[in-house]
Amino acid sequence: MGELSRIWRESEHRYRLMGNRCGNCNRVFFPIRAVCPHCHRESIGKMKPMELSGRGEIVSFTIVHDTPPSFVRQRPYALALIKLDEGPVLTGQIVDAENDSIEMGKRVRSVFRKIGEDGKSGIIQYGYKFVLE
Amino acid sequence: MSGIVGYGSYIPKYRIKPDEIARVWGEDAENIRNGIFVLSKSVPSPDEDVITISVEAARSAVKRAKIKSSDIGAIYIGSESHPYAVKPTATVVSAALGCDFPLFAADYEFACKAGTAAMQNVKAMVDSGVIKYGLAIGSDTSQGAPGDALEYTASAGGTAFIIGKERSIAEINGTLSVTSDTPDFWRREGQPYPSHGERFTGEPAYFRHTLTASRLMMEKMGTKPSDYNYAVFHQPNGKFPTRAAKTLGFTEAQYNDGLLTPYIGNTYSGAMMTGLSAILDKAKPGERILAVSFGSGAGSDAFDLTVTEEILKMDRHAAPTISDMLADVKWIDYAVYAKFKKKIVLGEDVE
Repeated sequence: MGELSRIWRESEHRYRLMGNRCGNCNRVFFPIRAVCPHCHRESIGKMKPMELSGRGEIVSFTIVHDTPPSFVRQRPYALALIKLDEGPVLTGQIVDAENDSIEMGKRVRSVFRKIGEDGKSGIIQYGYKFVLE
Repeated sequence: MSGIVGYGSYIPKYRIKPDEIARVWGEDAENIRNGIFVLSKSVPSPDEDVITISVEAARSAVKRAKIKSSDIGAIYIGSESHPYAVKPTATVVSAALGCDFPLFAADYEFACKAGTAAMQNVKAMVDSGVIKYGLAIGSDTSQGAPGDALEYTASAGGTAFIIGKERSIAEINGTLSVTSDTPDFWRREGQPYPSHGERFTGEPAYFRHTLTASRLMMEKMGTKPSDYNYAVFHQPNGKFPTRAAKTLGFTEAQYNDGLLTPYIGNTYSGAMMTGLSAILDKAKPGERILAVSFGSGAGSDAFDLTVTEEILKMDRHAAPTISDMLADVKWIDYAVYAKFKKKIVLGEDVE
């Protein structure tokens, strides 16, 4: 049940890349922060929700060969650090690409995909992944 | 009067050729290609399903419509492969789009015409003033048992239409349906693959309903085939819609742009709607479209549409066009197809 609560709680940022922006220094955060780590108390009440564009570039990546069980049909798959155009860096899977075509600096955009499922009868988790532009 | 305000489609990138399926099952590929006129079909990757396809199509529709998701008052999604038996696809799609309360939503099922049934319902709600904009989606990751004839065509894809009264790019001049109890194709609860009553598939099911709905629509509108620039029909294979079009008196120039099954297979609830999407990618103001779906069981929904001047103001390249998606392809063999479609079953402790 704890897992189900977490999936539900995180769905807004996983589905829509919802981050937030500090109204004091304008830095953008993903996932959202309650308080800006730079402005501290001066950011209280000024953190504004913001939907990120999902566009950015690959900062680093790895090819995963020893996969978790639920990813065995996608083996080997690429996992990348992506710097979004708004600033935050996040981790995401690169899909629909030949793994040898993935390079640092390449542009990507987010897509909506299935992340995993809790067995045959449990909840299905959805969220962002990335494709090469 | 209401019409289409925004449209978007999604076709998975992976494709398999009938030659590859025929090779595995010891059938004659050329016979299959010529018999049903299917040259390739789309295959969903393991992380794609009706929910992900619907979200991608809907996001493209919102981008083209340039409306706020919070202005969408209803979401109805037609499919025969909803990921959950109980928990509507529309709930996840609404959250992924960022829709607000109040919101009407439900999932529909009427074999391959559930998406167009959703269009009719949304249109009725817009016309009656209950909602400002509504989203109707037809989307499927259709099933065909290994070795069955359906395996050559059952594919994946979907299309979303936003229907409203303001800034409509294609007015819906009229719509009607025909419905009967015909046992051509069905899937019982809990069964992974559908069954088909082979002798019912053609004349008593597809042709009777598609042709009747088309003729009744033209009768109601006082039109004849030559009044239309485009005609698009449900396309379970490449042959049926071509024969239906010719029987009604349409020419290849009228039905060719909406005929996608030879390249992507039968996307079931997405089939006619994706053909209509391909037409909207190139249509000009004043052009008229006859669009007729078919769903087994059986029934047909017919639509008469006229493209408006608003289409010139829409950035149709704000989202991928059908020709973009037809060109962006990754070919796979039967082994990868079987792995992706879970025809290879892994142990309980693995997956």
